[in-house]
Amino acid sequence: MHIPDGYLSPSTCGVLYVGAATGWYAALKRLRQALLSRVIPLISVFAAFSFVVMMFNLPLPGGTTGHALGVTIAAIVLGPSGAILALSIAIAIQALFFGDGGITTLGANCFNMAIVASLVAYASYRLIAAGAALASRRRVIAAAIAGYLAINVAALFAAVEFGIQPMLFHDASGTPLYAPYPLSIAVPAMMIGHLTFAGLAEAVISAGLVAYLQVADPGLLRPTSGLPSDATAEPATVPALPRLWIAIAVLMLLTPLGILAAGTAWGEWSPAQLARAASSASTASSPASAVPVGLQRLAKFWTAPFPAYAPTFVHSRGFGYLLSAMFGVGILLTVSLAARSWAARHRRKESSA
Amino acid sequence: MSRSFLESTAVGFGRAFTRAMLSETTAQRRGWLQSLDPRVRVVGLFALVLAVTLSRKLAAVAALLVVAFAMAVLSRVSVVTLAKRVWLIVLGFTGVIALPALFVTPGQPVAALGSVVITEQGLRTAALLILRVETAVTFTTLLVLCTPWSHVLKALRALWLPKEAIVMLAMTYRYVFLLVETANQMFESRRSRTVGILKPQDQRRMAARTAGVLLSKSVALSNDVYLAMQSRGFRGDVQVLSDWHLTLWDLAGLLGFVLAGSLAVWMGR
Repeated sequence: MHIPDGYLSPSTCGVLYVGAATGWYAALKRLRQALLSRVIPLISVFAAFSFVVMMFNLPLPGGTTGHALGVTIAAIVLGPSGAILALSIAIAIQALFFGDGGITTLGANCFNMAIVASLVAYASYRLIAAGAALASRRRVIAAAIAGYLAINVAALFAAVEFGIQPMLFHDASGTPLYAPYPLSIAVPAMMIGHLTFAGLAEAVISAGLVAYLQVADPGLLRPTSGLPSDATAEPATVPALPRLWIAIAVLMLLTPLGILAAGTAWGEWSPAQLARAASSASTASSPASAVPVGLQRLAKFWTAPFPAYAPTFVHSRGFGYLLSAMFGVGILLTVSLAARSWAARHRRKESSA
Repeated sequence: MSRSFLESTAVGFGRAFTRAMLSETTAQRRGWLQSLDPRVRVVGLFALVLAVTLSRKLAAVAALLVVAFAMAVLSRVSVVTLAKRVWLIVLGFTGVIALPALFVTPGQPVAALGSVVITEQGLRTAALLILRVETAVTFTTLLVLCTPWSHVLKALRALWLPKEAIVMLAMTYRYVFLLVETANQMFESRRSRTVGILKPQDQRRMAARTAGVLLSKSVALSNDVYLAMQSRGFRGDVQVLSDWHLTLWDLAGLLGFVLAGSLAVWMGR
């Protein structure tokens, strides 16, 4: 996933440097509030640890081996700000000293592997392990899932960065100037390796490290556990609402992913799409006029306010998906709040009777 | 299976040490790049990497590769080392990635291999990608081989990096080798006590435990470093010594870097 120099255009690199710099600035600002003399050695040594973990040749199920990134355990122990800085430093040393990853692409590599991966790892670990005791098995499973998700989301970002290059940067004859493959090739090519090997490697090392820390040094798991700092206290019920909001926000942001898929979902055709599909198939058994009469009649029964998840006044499809997601979540929240208030009133009446 | 897992990790650790040793040795030689102020080296070579990325024509990137080759010879960097460490590895890695582009890039057909057609655009994009990566990695490797790490860090201050970031980079580099050595010793001792073939799940457990012990040692180490910093009176103010002065020779070198980069960008626009 370390992108070398030459694969991304200078403008893509510039945009991702700005994205990475924003993350570094926010992380550094947050950590400056803590005791700097304590934070500097902790992050530095953790960066060195991540660097060494990246060199581990991990045996994976299926007889193969893979390399982890160490981002998940950094996010679990240091929190997202610490993980962003530790991983960025490890990636910078790899680029500047070992030539692994480029200099112009350093921003892109840090954005994908340090910022995106740290945030995904931290959010998914906190979400899945919410309220679990430090020694709970759920924390091990949460670490494995968080590791797998973090690597794959980071790989997806890298794949999209590769995939947009030929679309945006080519010469007059159509020759791609940087990474030559479009999204339709770059995304599956990148994801196959990460969904199978790299994601598994990160899941294995993250779960193994959390299981080890549960026994050997549980104190390291406490700061980001959401549990009270008192070691003797029982695991309290952690307020689930903030996590729920984070999960909903992440899911809403991911809704435009559907645009990447080609064609229409099977069985969700409009009469026009069905007619087009039938005419292109043009077999004897499915003539062009094979749109059922009932479907034609009922299709006019209800016209959606946001047809195809894109309000007519919005020109960007991605933004249309996002707006539709916000609108849908808004309706559901209003209905559920109304139902809750009705149920509460009903209970009050019953108890007073 | 057990041997390959333990040994391949140990080989990776050994390679890191070898690279570090090679860099330290080459940086001490008397060559053209080594004679320049480290700030000029860092800024100049970064500018040339940027020029490689900005150039849109094969000829311009090829000209920059010739410049990189000349720099290597003038700086007494072994061409064999460059070939083994950069050119062949990049050719293998990027070549595999670029190869399908010959067939999948739409354009003017120039040759056919059975039913698959090679296009002119495919050939050009594959060649441009390989040449661009080769040239950029050569410049980066020259920087690494000709500049001690401590000088790279001090020079990065010239690029307005925060002092905290410089200190963390320096500390990380220092402790990378300590942790690599510790991990190597753990793997060695485990290898010396391993008889027979370990099951895959036992191998995974062993790798996780080794990483876990290394993590505990890292945290203990960071506590020791913190106490050492406290005992020396560190209160959060980072001081970086900067006793370098630019000479006419350095300014001429910087001008050379800028001219070569600008010419390549102009040629390859």
